[in-house]
Amino acid sequence: MESISSRGEKLSTLKLTVVQYGILFMMLALAGQLWRLQVLGAENFRMLAEQNRIRKVPILAPRGKLFDRENRLLVDNYPSVSCFLVREQNRNVDADLPLIARGLDIDLEQLQATLRHYRAAPGYQPIPIKQDITADEQAFIQSHRNELPELETIDEERRLYPRDGFASHLIGYVGEVSEEDLNNPRFAYYMPGDVVGKGGIEETYDQLLRGQDGSRDVIVDSRGREVGFLRTQHATPGQDLRLTIDEDLQHAAELALGDRNGAVVAMDPRNGEILALVSRPSFDPNAFAVRINRTDWNKLITDPDHPLMNKAIQAQLAPGSTFKILMSVAGLQEGIAQDMKINCPGGWGPYGYFHHCDEHHGAVDIHDAIPYSCDTFFYMLGDRLGIDRISKYATEFGYGQKTGIDLPGEQAGLMPSAQWKLKNYRARWYPDETLDVAIGQGAVAATPLQLARIIGGIASGGHLVRPHVVFPDQLPEDFRKALPETFPGSGNVDIPIDPDNWTIITDGMYQVTQPAYFHTAGSAHLEGIDFGGKTGTAQTMSHDALSRLGKSKNNNPNVWFVGVTPRRNPELVVAVLWQNGEFSYYPARIGAKIVSAYVEKQRRLAHNLVPVKTAAPVVMSAVWTGANPSGGPGKQNDSPPRMQGGSFLVQNGQIVARTTSDTHSAAQAVRKSGTESAGGAKPTAIPTQQAVTQLAKTRVVSPVKPQ
Amino acid sequence: MTAMRRILSFREFDWALLAMVLLLCTLSVFEIYSATLHTKYVGFYTKQMFWIAGGLAAMFLFAKIDYHRLLDWAPWAYGVCLFALAAVLVPGIGHKALGARRWIKAGPMLFQPSEWVKLVLILVVARFFANLGGRSLVKQDVFKAFILVGIPMLLVIKEPDLGTTLTYTPILIAGLFFGGINLRQSIILIAAAALFAVGAWSSGKILKPYQKARLTSFVNPDNDPRGAGYQLLQSKIAVGAGGVLGQGAAKGSQTQGDFLPIPHADFIFAAFSEEHGFVGAVFVLLLYFSILMRLIQNAQTAADLSGSLIIMGVVAVLTFQILVNVGMVIGFMPVTGIPLPLMSYGGSSVLFTFLALGAAMNVRMRRFVN
Repeated sequence: MESISSRGEKLSTLKLTVVQYGILFMMLALAGQLWRLQVLGAENFRMLAEQNRIRKVPILAPRGKLFDRENRLLVDNYPSVSCFLVREQNRNVDADLPLIARGLDIDLEQLQATLRHYRAAPGYQPIPIKQDITADEQAFIQSHRNELPELETIDEERRLYPRDGFASHLIGYVGEVSEEDLNNPRFAYYMPGDVVGKGGIEETYDQLLRGQDGSRDVIVDSRGREVGFLRTQHATPGQDLRLTIDEDLQHAAELALGDRNGAVVAMDPRNGEILALVSRPSFDPNAFAVRINRTDWNKLITDPDHPLMNKAIQAQLAPGSTFKILMSVAGLQEGIAQDMKINCPGGWGPYGYFHHCDEHHGAVDIHDAIPYSCDTFFYMLGDRLGIDRISKYATEFGYGQKTGIDLPGEQAGLMPSAQWKLKNYRARWYPDETLDVAIGQGAVAATPLQLARIIGGIASGGHLVRPHVVFPDQLPEDFRKALPETFPGSGNVDIPIDPDNWTIITDGMYQVTQPAYFHTAGSAHLEGIDFGGKTGTAQTMSHDALSRLGKSKNNNPNVWFVGVTPRRNPELVVAVLWQNGEFSYYPARIGAKIVSAYVEKQRRLAHNLVPVKTAAPVVMSAVWTGANPSGGPGKQNDSPPRMQGGSFLVQNGQIVARTTSDTHSAAQAVRKSGTESAGGAKPTAIPTQQAVTQLAKTRVVSPVKPQ
Repeated sequence: MTAMRRILSFREFDWALLAMVLLLCTLSVFEIYSATLHTKYVGFYTKQMFWIAGGLAAMFLFAKIDYHRLLDWAPWAYGVCLFALAAVLVPGIGHKALGARRWIKAGPMLFQPSEWVKLVLILVVARFFANLGGRSLVKQDVFKAFILVGIPMLLVIKEPDLGTTLTYTPILIAGLFFGGINLRQSIILIAAAALFAVGAWSSGKILKPYQKARLTSFVNPDNDPRGAGYQLLQSKIAVGAGGVLGQGAAKGSQTQGDFLPIPHADFIFAAFSEEHGFVGAVFVLLLYFSILMRLIQNAQTAADLSGSLIIMGVVAVLTFQILVNVGMVIGFMPVTGIPLPLMSYGGSSVLFTFLALGAAMNVRMRRFVN
């Protein structure tokens, strides 16, 4: 024991004191850091702790559906599963990317690019990695819950568009919001990764269609497992919209145009409701609903026929002879055209350059000039009117201005004038140029929709309308009011046309489709339908260039047809454009098909006797041949059959009562009951087929619809 | 014999120190209960209570044996330790868990020789410097002390267990400091240590890549947000989110949500700070401070140099562990896996601490001998 230590030795007190102070200093340093973290930094760290444990699982709002004017479903949604990556756990996901890319069948580079794209986005926001994943991919995510806790699946409703690009330009498509839109203050409510409407109705009405996404706020542990639940903010589904489109007519228009490069617009010129809108070539919007792959996209944007372009509102081309309708209005309203009787020798060249006409029409006045589409007549009319007056009328009717349709990307076209030339070319207007303008060539450019609105308006006696594709009554007040500002255009205008002039022009248009010599669209004639129109052929290059290059498909002229039915106060105007279509009676036949589809449907509807459920009796008058009713019962009736008239109250397909036997008084009764029912409860029923069958051997004069 | 009876009387036992220690242990049991509530470790607090009871018994037993006899046995114990450490490294005998071979399986129990080595080292180093009798150190003394501590360090770092290896250094430093190292020698030593550290870092043989990663991620946590950097960040968030008064027992979102790594062991101070705030954390620091001050006072009143050196060895180890663990939790230090004495869950750690305290008590009880 003695050997171990010299017992007298002690530790130096100084050294112990040093140690004590050292420990004190250490404790103070630790306490100081605790102060910094817990007292000064508490707020910040509490927030970080919150972000750690609360995860917002988005509940995506289903987009509003689109219906046609008869409430037929056009655009639907279908349930689908998307995969998201959640970053808020401070996990380094980079190492997991190859596994994710393999399991979900995504290109690794593309995945990395997606993540880079979202680097600046707030951490709680999930990154969409792949949409519409398959069952196998869902199984992959489920089975890798522990290795890849950052993967999250979300059930959502995905857009289902009609197949084969049906109405694709009109409807548009949805896709991930672009960088550009994110920076646009108009779309302040967009978040990165949002699916938004692009093009067509999807874009215009995105704000209504998109609804409001909700979220489930859940408490998660460090492995991303849900350990608690905070609250649910339910998603508000988007608003359904009823379009002015008539699916039947849209279908007819799609079929009529076929694969031809061009566009069709069908519109009700009384109110501007677009009934059909087609552009070719088209695309499949379903390809955009899931992320479109790069090759398909490149194919779409490099196609020389511009499949993504909505030609109905975006193709600005020379209107050709369709412009002559406007010329006729100007000429007649100015009192010049009425008295013009000219000789067409196949062209005219008062300023040194000879302007051709298609034919040697001989003697031509305004009545012939429209169906003949005689260039010589309109050269002379244009020369007399002068560019200023032509330009004034054209601008007034809407050339060179947007129509204001509620679709994005509408083009204004162009109406040249002396000022316009001075401003853009710093050159004087030469009278010779007016001759080109007079036949819709030169610098004049218009869209199919513009022509539909203008020519429909002229056929309606100068009642021009703002075209639209969605019934405005279903829109919220402020949205409806904002529409004209968002889509400025010439809108609703009334420019009274003298009735005589109106008759001349509309009769001229009617003659266009009558098969007769020189009439340009005789082959588009529809027997039994009051159908008029105007063809147009617009050279894509000059005669000289054409003769130099020779004929080929690409330098064929663009051809137009704008048709109306009936010729005056039309219910339907159809504008058809076929690019490089060569002959203008081709689009006239396309237009005729659409017009006939429309008229046939209207006639079918007019005679469609639907069963009545409401018990309102309807008065019906009829004439038939039968025995003289004056003969009483039991008495042999030998008088010859004679025409009888009468009126009946018909209810639920049964004759309830015969109001009177006298034709004259029956008519009165009808009139009377009509006024009565107009004042009181309005019977909306139409007599049924059965009712008519009951009236055996009778001929229905008219079903009386009390209005 | 009357003297012996007087020495063995527990009246001389440091009851005040024991009271503070037991208070800390109580806080520890409560915090382990709270931190493991929703984990697979639920119920570990009862185990910890058993460990503490065992530790107390061991402490009393240990205190009864005269520390001079302990010092006599120390060289033998040292030999056994080296043997055990070497045995741990043999596959078959050493038990591997979490990528490191640190344990020996004895029946149902695992033990970690490296913990016991701390205690033996304290005694061996105390004995070594006490034997020098207070004369100033010569080169050979310093070299011998280095060999004494260096061999077990090399064995432990092979396991690998960087944290425990580092806990051996304060024993050496305390021994050298109180053993009478002079200024020139300490400067040379510090320079040599720095050189060695650089060599160890660049050689790549001594430190494992994950150990390096822990150290680098401490400097730049963003480099490794998933590993050690993530742990450090979550720990800081937990401490900070505690605020002044804390989130309340069993209510810390970081602790309960499993964001905090091993909240009942290495990061128990973070869990405690989150749930009891600045007030609670400073209270615990104050307890540690009082315990350490009390121990230093005991060192001062010890009967002889060897006793003082034993207590100061204990102080050095405890201080180092507190500094490194709390420093890690609050973002001062890298993640090293050193438990917080008396707070962290773990049988070996509890037993070692109580035995070390037992050694200190032992010295105090015999302060009036002669």
